[in-house]
Amino acid sequence: MTDISLPERLRGAEPVRSIRTFARLEYAYTPGRAASRFLNQVTNKRLVGQRCPVCEKVYVPPRGSCPTDGVPTEDEVELGQSGTIVSFCVVNVPFMANLMEIPYVGALIQLDGADIPIMHLIQEVPYDQVHMGMRVEAVWLPDDEIGPTLESIVHFRPNGEPDAPYESYKDNA
Amino acid sequence: MKMRDVAIVSFAQTHHERATRELNEVEMLMPILSEALAGAGIGKDRVDFVCSGSSDYLAGQPFSFVVTLDAFGPWPPISESHVDMDGAWAVYEAWVKMQLGKVDVALIYAYGKSSPGDIRRVLSRQLDPYYLGPLWVDSVALAALQARAGLDAGAFSVEDMARVAAASRHNAMSNPYAQLSGEVDVADLLAEADFVAPLHKHDCAPVTDGAAVVVLAAGGAARELCDRPAWIRGIDHRIEPHALGARDLTTSVSTRLAAEHAGLGAKPVDVAELHAPFTHQELILRRALGLDEDVSVNPSGGALCANPVMAAGLIRMGEAARRISSGKADRAVAHATSGPCLQQNLLCVLEGD
Amino acid sequence: MAEEILEAPNVVEYPFSRTTGPVVGAFLTALREGFVVGIKAADGSVIVPPVEYDPFTAEALTEIVEVADAGEVVSWAWVAEPLADQPLDRPFAWALIKLDGADTPMVHAVDTGGDPAGISTGSRVVARWRPPKPAGSDEPGPGLAEDPNPPRAYREGHILDIECFVPEAS
Repeated sequence: MTDISLPERLRGAEPVRSIRTFARLEYAYTPGRAASRFLNQVTNKRLVGQRCPVCEKVYVPPRGSCPTDGVPTEDEVELGQSGTIVSFCVVNVPFMANLMEIPYVGALIQLDGADIPIMHLIQEVPYDQVHMGMRVEAVWLPDDEIGPTLESIVHFRPNGEPDAPYESYKDNA
Repeated sequence: MKMRDVAIVSFAQTHHERATRELNEVEMLMPILSEALAGAGIGKDRVDFVCSGSSDYLAGQPFSFVVTLDAFGPWPPISESHVDMDGAWAVYEAWVKMQLGKVDVALIYAYGKSSPGDIRRVLSRQLDPYYLGPLWVDSVALAALQARAGLDAGAFSVEDMARVAAASRHNAMSNPYAQLSGEVDVADLLAEADFVAPLHKHDCAPVTDGAAVVVLAAGGAARELCDRPAWIRGIDHRIEPHALGARDLTTSVSTRLAAEHAGLGAKPVDVAELHAPFTHQELILRRALGLDEDVSVNPSGGALCANPVMAAGLIRMGEAARRISSGKADRAVAHATSGPCLQQNLLCVLEGD
Repeated sequence: MAEEILEAPNVVEYPFSRTTGPVVGAFLTALREGFVVGIKAADGSVIVPPVEYDPFTAEALTEIVEVADAGEVVSWAWVAEPLADQPLDRPFAWALIKLDGADTPMVHAVDTGGDPAGISTGSRVVARWRPPKPAGSDEPGPGLAEDPNPPRAYREGHILDIECFVPEAS
């Protein structure tokens, strides 16, 4: 490091080595047409994806475009309230402001009729019994608490159906 | 080294607005990506390289530039890059890559959605974090300090500045994509209240949501995709020190140097599209470039009539190229700027055959 | 069907600490002690605030020198409506101020009591200092994460140790 020569008055002073540079920026986030349509349907307890006109894949939550073909996805497809766990993890680390009791399970769930999975919590089953292929269903908040957010679904839980065959979710596993 | 000829062969832009609340960035981009590809008569399979320019700070969306690739469709995996700069710098990166010979067709896009945040506060975050950032000194305030320095030095007058605003809005009347346009009287403009004195509102670019796309092609591909390609004959960018006090704010040394290196002075230009978000900056740029009186400056209305941050410089390139491709101009210069008070400047000289 | 476009507040916070290095650190240390320093450039001129490398020759600069806390307004802009987090919450001026002994101007706020006639190019201004931190004080430092804009009661080694500049008494 270069030697810095200081004026007399600074030579005895404890040097400043760092500063805090806190910044806070406030935005009004608007999710756009496709996500707004999806979230407005969530308030009716409906999960509605969009189908690509080229590759015919169904995306949820829809972003308004097919990431493969780069074309608008406008064809709406109502999806099931149940789905298949295609991957999951057991969380043993408490996060800041996280109210979940650990360990808990976060999973990728391929809703019936969709081609890509959404991420959500798995509850009402011991964590060490969760597995790929497990069939689960959405558990909604009480009707008067439901809003345009995926948090309107409290979690997913096993729906009692036999495991889905690997073939049915292998593209996302 | 023999340079490859590279041209702008297609250009598309959004109808610029104060706020496009109903569209996310992907939805804003998709129609103009299709339009730009259609303009070149190609599908996305012909694109060898994609490069974009944007800033996540504008809308407060971390890694939005990754999400926005969905508008193009990055699967199977594409060759792609991004600059946290105006899209004009993405053109520069693509141009350099095309010189290496592997890329014949490149697609460049840029977008800026300033409406979700407070653009003046957001832009203050690009300043140094010790001396300027903690003061939250904003983009308009720094431009106002520059304007006052120029006024005091006699480089221009407030009337000169208002004339730039009036001329820009007049020119924008023939630009269907502009956000502001119309006939305004200089005296009326000057009668309006100060904004951040000495700047009036009319001296400042509007806050805009918008996006733009250009398609670049090299050599034979350019001739195949466009009847009259706008050939990039020179492109260069220069930056000045970040310490504001070390710079002479009344001139633009970096613009003059970039123009020299881009070969601007070799022949006169018909059109200059200058990225000046403030009226006095257009006056500083004109002087730095030594433009003759008969050069058509900002026939589109310029950034003063639509200023999607991160796309406004790319739009200058597109507007200049459009005039060459349509035969309205034979030689044009496009300029883009970045940073406070014209800190960094890019010059691109375009010519028709 | 008219689609309801949703909107939600989205707050992004950057609770960073930054190391200063010896040059910026010397400037901030001097502010904490109640005076201002710059750095000698390759051509002998004095750059305030100091930078690590010469803006024109890129030479590493090493000689920190003291300058005055008063100087001349080189340019100024009048803020009728301050933005959040700016140094003053009433009308004020931004100014490029060339301190006595410096060769480059620095940016800071000037408080004229709300009167734009209180400042002009070439007018003299002087720093209004915050008081030094009393021994044993546990006042929060500038920019603590819990509060983006805390009261800065005392000098801490921060550009806002100079609360702002004010017109020099004539």
